Parts: sequence; C-alpha cells; structure tokens
Amino acid sequence: MSSLSRDDVAKLAGLARIEMTEAELVELSSQFGLILDAVARVQEMDLSGVKATSHPQPLENVARPDVVHPSLSPEDALSGAPAQEDSRFRVPQILGEAE
Amino acid sequence: MALPTYEEVIAKWDPVLGLEVHVELNTQSKMFCSCATEFGAAPNTQTCPVCLALPGALPVVNEKAIESTILIGLALNCKIAPYSRFARKNYFYPDMPKNFQISQYDEPICFDGYVDVEIETEEGAKQFRIEIERVHMEEDTGKSLHVGGATGRIHGADYSLLDYNRAGIPLVEIVTKIVPGTGKYAPEVAKAYVAELRDILRGLKVSDVKMEQGSLRCDANVSLKPIGSDVLGTRSETKNVNSLRSVERAIRGEMIRHAELLNDGKKVKQETRHFQEDTGLTRSGRSKEQAEDYRYFPDPDLVPVTPAASWIEELRASLPERPSLRRKRLKEEWNVPDKEMAAMINADVLDIVEATVLMGADPTKARTWWLGEISRIANEKELPIAELAITPAHVAELVELVAKGELTDKLARQVVEGVVAGEGTPSEVVAKRGIKVVNDDGALMAAIEKVCAEQAETAEKVRGGHLPAAGALIGAVMKETKGQADAARVRELLLGHLGH
Repeated sequence: MSSLSRDDVAKLAGLARIEMTEAELVELSSQFGLILDAVARVQEMDLSGVKATSHPQPLENVARPDVVHPSLSPEDALSGAPAQEDSRFRVPQILGEAE
Repeated sequence: MALPTYEEVIAKWDPVLGLEVHVELNTQSKMFCSCATEFGAAPNTQTCPVCLALPGALPVVNEKAIESTILIGLALNCKIAPYSRFARKNYFYPDMPKNFQISQYDEPICFDGYVDVEIETEEGAKQFRIEIERVHMEEDTGKSLHVGGATGRIHGADYSLLDYNRAGIPLVEIVTKIVPGTGKYAPEVAKAYVAELRDILRGLKVSDVKMEQGSLRCDANVSLKPIGSDVLGTRSETKNVNSLRSVERAIRGEMIRHAELLNDGKKVKQETRHFQEDTGLTRSGRSKEQAEDYRYFPDPDLVPVTPAASWIEELRASLPERPSLRRKRLKEEWNVPDKEMAAMINADVLDIVEATVLMGADPTKARTWWLGEISRIANEKELPIAELAITPAHVAELVELVAKGELTDKLARQVVEGVVAGEGTPSEVVAKRGIKVVNDDGALMAAIEKVCAEQAETAEKVRGGHLPAAGALIGAVMKETKGQADAARVRELLLGHLGH
C-alpha cells in the first residue's frame, strides 16, 4: 500500500496554505494512501497510445476572437473586496520582515 | 577586499548566461477574457469576473495570442508543438487573484530554436548563436503598490494595493538554453540578444516592445566557472532589467559581484536579485535555496491547443524580413561603412533613418543628421531620440532645403533646434526665425573683400596659386556672414576675386 508520511501531508498543507491540526495530519496521511492506491490501479493497465486527459470533453482549440467587451466598473470590481483604497484592492503585508 | 576590475574577472572566470525574456503581446483583449489591455488606464477599470477570479468564471483563449506566439516561435527558428496545454502555476501572492497563474509547463507551444547575434569586437564583427529552449504562453500579473515602510519596497511595507488591469494580459516567455562561450563579451552578447529579440518582435508587430513600459522585460541568469572548467557555478537571477543598457550593466555587475565572492573563497547564493537602475548594482531578493514547488498541473478549464500544420505553414510564409538580413540589405543599399552601421544600431536609429530615406532623403545625409546633431540633442536632454519632436518627415524636408541651397548645414542645425523646441516643421521654423542663406553676391563680395584686406598675406598666397590657404579665408567669410552664406558660393566668388 502506498502512503504519504505525516511530514508529506504537512508540506502539502503548507504549500496550499491550509492550517491543519496534528490529528488531521495523521488522519489525512492514511486517507491519501487509500486514494493513491486507487489511482495506482490505472498504472497496471497498458495505456501506451492513450493520451493523458486533462479535460472531460474531447475538445481542442476552443478560442475566441480578439475583441474587447466592456469590463466591470471599478466600483463593481471592488464591491466584494474586504478592503480597498484609491480604487485598488488593499491586501495585508505580503512578505514578513525575515523573508 | 576591493572589487575586482572587469579585466581581472575575465582573466580568471568564464561567465555562463541564461536569459528569460517576457513579452506582453499587443492584443486588443486579454489572454483569457475580453477585457481591454490599454497601458496606463485608471486602476481596476479593465477587469471582469474571469481576470478577478470570481467563482464560476471560465477562461477562453484569445486566438490572436496563440497566432502571435506561433509567429514568435517561427521567427526564432523553433519547432511548433502539434499539441500543447496550459498548466496552473500555483502560488500565493496577491498579484494573481486566482492564487495561480495560467502558464505552460512541460508542453510549451514552441521549443528548440535559436537566434544569431552579431557584435563588434576587437577582432572585428563576431557572431554568437543563442539557443532557445522554449517559448510559452502565460498571463501577466496585476500591479502591486507597496505602502509604508521604505518607499515602494515590498520589505517592511505595511500593506499593498492591487490593480488588476494588467492581470491576464497575454505574456510570452522566451527562455534560452544556457549560453556558454561568450567570455568577456557576455554583457554585449546579452544586450545584442535582447536587442535582436526586440527587433524581431517589432518586425512581427506582435508587441509594443517598450522596455520602459514593461512590455519587454528581461531576467538575466549569470554564473561563473573557472576558465577551462566544465562545472557550472551557482547562478543568480537578476530581475527588473528594463533597458538594453541595463542588461549589459546588470550582467557586468553580477560578474564582478560573483568574482569578488569566489575570489574570497565565499559561495554565490542562488537567489533572485533586483537590478537598481540608479546604481547599476543588484540587491538581494528572494532566496532560491529551497526549490520552489508550484504544483503545476494541466488547467482543467482549458482544452489543448493543436494548431493545424497548414496554419503553421501559412504563418511561416507570412514572416517578415529577419532584422539581421534587413540590416545587411540596408547596409548595402545605403553603402554604409561597418563602423557607421554599428553606430546606427547602437543608437537605435535604423528605423528612423529608414523612414527618412523612404521619404526621399539621401541615406548618408539622413544618417548624418540622426546620428550627429539630433543624437547630440537627445543625449543632452537625456531622452530617447524617438521622443524628440523631430520626425523623419522633418529631417527629409531639412535635407531637401539644404540640397536646394536654401539652408547651409550650419543654418540647418539652427532649424533642427527649432523643430525640437516644437516651433513646427523646418519650413515653419525657417519662416518664423527669418533664417535664410545670404544669396546676395554683393553682400558676399563685400565680406570677401573685407577678409582679403584683413588677411592680405593669406590672400596673396592664394593669388599666387596656393589654393589650400583659401580654407582659412572661406572660414572667415562664413564667420563674417554669421554662417548664413553658402560655403560653395563663397569659395567660387573668393577664388574668382583672387584671379582663379
């Protein structure tokens, strides 16, 4: 059975900026193992000649002409922002002093 | 320990370059939505649910952006992938509201190309081949304004303000393979490469390629290895390099900085550095000791790009003349010496001289004006030559006025000054300032007689057949007539007066 270590899960959680408790890290590491096992079954099949799928529809080259449509007004664009200033989205300090 | 000089650096170390150039395409609308892409619009006036990443919004690819990217790939001698996909580059930074940037990962649309560049060296013109690893499509990020702390800097800022007008503008990234073997010419080769790219992109009309507005941006990777070694050194990546001159300065500066560390037995840190235009130095940015993990995966909202071979061939057939070939052609057509050609390229006046010639001006005269007087004024004003008020049409008119004898070269310089000052076209400046050549032979003769009387000894020499001495007299007559006389006519009258 494949498995992810508690530390692997902690690293993934860090990359995804998700705060997790120690209990959750342990619980998820075994759940991830089950998911990986299920997906690993696909690798047992001969898939040479099968293209990797990244979209449920067998579509290619969906594109639009280069034409401008009206944008939102800045008021509408900013209406959902938790904070704003001078028609801009205001966000907390991005990097800590140390970085 | 004192900084090593550039000569000391290259005596011991061999630089290896890697260049990443980002080009904003000049499409009307963004990469994945129909918002406008105008530069300098009021903050957040060019956004929509797609580029603001509102829930449920779906991206759709701009077909012009695909076409432009393929054109760029073809112009850079790349192969075009029959199948390529977009990938999400996941990172947490508010310049992208989605928390990822749509880019391409292991399936770029163009790959394996090259660009040849030529630079002037002590041993004459030398060609270097820069190999292209990949050309891929992505979207530009929003603009951050850091408030508080040290002005405009991210470190120590209290908070940041985001404008997403630029977020989602089509961006093409052109990545070179490592460039070894440039030796002491590394800074010049890098500059020539970016200049060549800029010229190619301008010729393709796919981008505004304005480095000062950020539509062409260069990140320069530099490392040093001991001369003769095969082992690559640790590289630094310098961002913010926003002019051709800065590309050269940044690489030279980094070579010296690396050499200083290595000479002292210290290590170069693998990190991102920021170029500072004022000092020409770089300062430390993000450390890259920990490999970044962007968790790339194919974007499930977008379908593969599979350009038809026939379309690619159609685009290939439409490619404009390669800038290097164009330069060669113009050099021959205009009969320009090597040194002058290099001077024109270096001063970035080739387009403007060509435009002037196309308006009927003599190539040599056109070149002399742009490289000489007008470049001098641009330098003096510290402005790019293209931003002066004088245009190719003005210069063509000026050349014509001089050819017709209505202006002397000296008067024409006054006219240039007037045109640059915004006084209008050359004819308008001539009229307004009352500039005219003294064509009145009577007035000229009076000046000639006066000068010959003052410099009787020289005049006697000329009368006696020593013609080279006439130059001094002609000069004095020109001075007497305040440069408004036609030197050729003065010569004619003077020699006649002295019996020739």
